[in-house]
Amino acid sequence: MRILGLSGSLRRDSHNTSLLRGAGKLLPAGVELEVFDRLAQIPPYSEDLEHETPPAVAALRAAIAGADAVLVATPEYNASIPGALKNALDWVSRPIATTPLRDKPVAVVGASTGLFGAVWAQAELRKVLATIGARVIDRELPIGQADEALGPDGLPVERDVVEQLSATLDELLELTAPSRLAA
Amino acid sequence: MSATATATTALPIATGNWKIDTIHSHVGFAVKHMVVSTFRGRFEDYAGSLATSEDGRPVLQGSVKVDSILVKDENLAGHLKSPDFFDSERHPEIRFSSTAVAVAEDGGLEVEGDLTIKGHTHRVTARGSITGPHVDIAGNDKLGVELEAIVDRREYGLEWNAPLPKGGFALDNDVKLEVSLELVREA
Repeated sequence: MRILGLSGSLRRDSHNTSLLRGAGKLLPAGVELEVFDRLAQIPPYSEDLEHETPPAVAALRAAIAGADAVLVATPEYNASIPGALKNALDWVSRPIATTPLRDKPVAVVGASTGLFGAVWAQAELRKVLATIGARVIDRELPIGQADEALGPDGLPVERDVVEQLSATLDELLELTAPSRLAA
Repeated sequence: MSATATATTALPIATGNWKIDTIHSHVGFAVKHMVVSTFRGRFEDYAGSLATSEDGRPVLQGSVKVDSILVKDENLAGHLKSPDFFDSERHPEIRFSSTAVAVAEDGGLEVEGDLTIKGHTHRVTARGSITGPHVDIAGNDKLGVELEAIVDRREYGLEWNAPLPKGGFALDNDVKLEVSLELVREA
């Protein structure tokens, strides 16, 4: 089973990219998490460009299609979703009838250096993803003061936050394979 | 604590003039955010004294430079200095001046006074303790003062807030002011 990690931050030492890698360490055996690393190559969406899909957009569509679930980790810019991430989702949402996000299990988490852990960006992301047709877990994980809240391995320092991240992943896996867990 | 009941305004343990030793003191605040977490900050630039007035009453007063606010996140410090919170450009100082100081026999301390933040002045009551005088290794007379008070930040015009997506508000309105002072007797 594969989970695609999508970080909303383009920064090399991004807390959110780190958080995705940390989440990967909590997954059970047999579940892999791969982080998409071409967000910066996705051009601003325009219908004029749709006839010839930009390679990075095609790569993201393929990565989502090939994954059993998506885990998004986002920072927050001005109380909302970073432009590059929203732009990527706008690309992937088109055409709406065949978007690889349709019915895809998705969970959203987020980290910020401020107090509020990108909580509003996460809420807006859940709204956008649900609008696109994804099956979005109704759960938030705001990790504030990320400089101290995340360890070098990307895992939250506090045990209860690790437990919340685990619970989010459990719910994501449950949504992915209900029959497997029921067996 | 029942400082008021056993209060004496003569404050025999602290006659004279005492100045805050800022190296060994702390002036800060604590506020709940995201409903359950506690956030703390402090100020680095402040001054104050405990002095005996002409009528023999002790007066505790001090001022704090808002721009010296110290929090872990630079953006947050900027937000706190902005008009959403302290508006440090137009209101660079926080001031406090006591109107009544009461000390209980057990060292319990109750200080009532006027707190001015962002141009708003309100009477507050802070409670804590006072210890000393004590002679330190350098031969200085020192007093220790611990005080806490809870204020509603909205009364001082610090009104920023935002509803959280899953209910509640980003920041609590009650802010705990935490002051820990070492005072040295002035010659």
